[in-house]
Amino acid sequence: MRFVDEFRDPQLAKTLLEQLHQRAGLLPYTADKPLQIMEVCGGHTHAIFKFGLDKLLPPQLEFIHGPGCPVCVLPMGRIDACCEIAAHPEVIFCTFGDALRVPGQHGSLAQARERGADIRVVYSPLDGLRLARENPARQVVFFALGFETTQPVTAVTLQQARRERLTNFSIFCQHISLMPTLRSLLSQDDVRIDAFLAPGHVSMITGAAPYHFINQEFGKPLVISGFEPLDMLQSVLMLVKQVGEASCKTENQYRRVVPEQGNLLAQKAMREVFTLSGSSEWRGLGMIERSGISLTSAYAMFDVERRFSPQAQPVADDPRSRCGEVLTGRCKPHQCPLFGTGCTPHNAFGALMVSSEGACAAWYQYRHQEATIASQPQHKQQQKVSQDE
Amino acid sequence: MNEAKDVVTMAHGSGGRAMQQLIDQLFLRAFDNCWLNQREDGAQLSLASLSAQGDLLAFTTDSYVIDPVFFPGGNIGKLAVCGTANDLAVSGATPGWLSCGFILEEGFPLVELQRIVSLMAQTARDAGMAIVTGDTKVVQRGAADKIFINTAGIGVIPGAVNWSARAIKAGDKVIVSGTLGDHGAAILNLREKLGMDLGVESDCAVLAPMIAPLRSLVGIHALRDATRGGVNAILHEFSAASGFGICIDEQALPVKPAVRGLCELLGLEPLNFANEGKVVAVVAAHAEEAVLMMMRSHPLGEDATTIGVVTQDPQVCLRGTLGVTRQLTLPHAEPLPRIC
Ligand code: SF4
Repeated sequence: MRFVDEFRDPQLAKTLLEQLHQRAGLLPYTADKPLQIMEVCGGHTHAIFKFGLDKLLPPQLEFIHGPGCPVCVLPMGRIDACCEIAAHPEVIFCTFGDALRVPGQHGSLAQARERGADIRVVYSPLDGLRLARENPARQVVFFALGFETTQPVTAVTLQQARRERLTNFSIFCQHISLMPTLRSLLSQDDVRIDAFLAPGHVSMITGAAPYHFINQEFGKPLVISGFEPLDMLQSVLMLVKQVGEASCKTENQYRRVVPEQGNLLAQKAMREVFTLSGSSEWRGLGMIERSGISLTSAYAMFDVERRFSPQAQPVADDPRSRCGEVLTGRCKPHQCPLFGTGCTPHNAFGALMVSSEGACAAWYQYRHQEATIASQPQHKQQQKVSQDE
Repeated sequence: MNEAKDVVTMAHGSGGRAMQQLIDQLFLRAFDNCWLNQREDGAQLSLASLSAQGDLLAFTTDSYVIDPVFFPGGNIGKLAVCGTANDLAVSGATPGWLSCGFILEEGFPLVELQRIVSLMAQTARDAGMAIVTGDTKVVQRGAADKIFINTAGIGVIPGAVNWSARAIKAGDKVIVSGTLGDHGAAILNLREKLGMDLGVESDCAVLAPMIAPLRSLVGIHALRDATRGGVNAILHEFSAASGFGICIDEQALPVKPAVRGLCELLGLEPLNFANEGKVVAVVAAHAEEAVLMMMRSHPLGEDATTIGVVTQDPQVCLRGTLGVTRQLTLPHAEPLPRIC
């Protein structure tokens, strides 16, 4: 398939891996104290597990799975608010598919649908807009979720709704901003992340500039990376080169998609519709300052919270759960006491088990059986040998 | 009854005159065969002709509730015939007789019912099967989604055939008869109104003619048609029943580019997508070439290929493009598309 197969070519991967092994061997890192590279985005986490990239890496390098999945970091209470809104008989509640099974305190949206709420899976907020036009007597609510990746299309949808003066369309705004989270992560004590792989999709919108504080203030190198295995291997190689040369900058591996400036039109639409507002709660990470997104006053009429004022439902995470520590690289998913027992993909307790993008869910799906051996550093070596055979 | 405004009404399920008319003018006319035409409560089949074909009777049933009812490559009626015929065929049987039960929602257009029934009749006839008994119920608007069909089928298994997942052994080869996920992708594209120009039709087909010649081969251990849950589900069934594992090679999986594209876009796996005209066969290594040749000589199996082997280690695994092997798990529920 064009545009995919060339980024999965085993021969090219082998060449990149050889260079990576060679370069990493020159670094002062070891299997016991590896260079920790955080892949911020759930899409990257998924690719790592799907293609087994972590098993191919030299033992001196380690992936830390970051908080970059909007579904994973969704607080339980927000799902409860969704269910509350969806329960209004006049409401058609539209959501992306992967938010459907996230458990709230009183069950998931899928369960609310079983109880009779009119909840529909859509692929774009524009589908919600169409539903609003087709059902003038109903209130159509779109559950607007996601980082900078999905914000532009929500923004464009609201601009359209405003032009059409639609009064039966609104959004439940759960958009979040990535940069404050990275700042908050890096500001925590004893977090030892050495370098970052930044998400291609978010960067496509924001461009490279917003990442500069990671280099300048925190002294960590960062590479914006695509999602195919070769993209990621090349990005890791770029990071390793930076570390080897003691340089620290933002590099863009994903040039075929990410322009240096980002998408200016999308940025303009976002500026018109959204504003960064106060602190926002992130599941597993707690409150993060200036990370929440709300609607500007010109678009406030599309805010569902004004129409239905759902109850704020703060829900404390189980004290045994170690979501925050997994997210910051302090422990691996299977080291959490709830992993595989109190917390499984079918009955997720914590943030990272909820979505298939989450580190714990990926670990559970791809590594459950091998969880114990995988924690031993020599494992990578064994894998490497069997891979070469 | 050919006018578009004619719809199924409660009277059509009443047992009265309207129902008789529906049966006479629609079902009897379309399915037309000597057993059905006897108009008894049950079809009367000759035991002598059954036992002349083999020693074992194969008997199966399935219900079809698909949305949308019409799709590229078929409709719910064709699906109901193919699905049940294929369940018989993969057990080694020659499918012979089918029953069909319709549950119709009040208001369903009669022209659409006509189209469904005609295609059912044609599919059965083309595959040498007869729909010999049936039933119709009408439920109030909203109590069912347009039309549900249940089909049951019987067929005869020749004496020498003894296919079973318990016969699977380590070292066996795993073969699929063609490209994966065509049905699932075609349906998803329509049902979710993705509006993609896939150019992919459902693979919905009666597989019996492709499977029948395989019965003469030695070394076929087990056969299944990979419907809901896709090939992944079948591999897990095989593994659980045999106690062995299966390791498949990602690069060997035959998938149409458009289906792969859809999967990449939505973050789904073609291995989990439904097929309605594909079999997965587990065969002794010595039979691999003969099975492939025989499958490929039939139009329904022209893309047949080996995708993996049976292993001692009782896990279902996938060897990925880059050579790393990972365990394949069954999704808990129908996989949902991802947003990020
Ligand atoms: S296993 Fe569950 S509770 Fe533990 S860290 Fe992972 S998501 Fe959190």
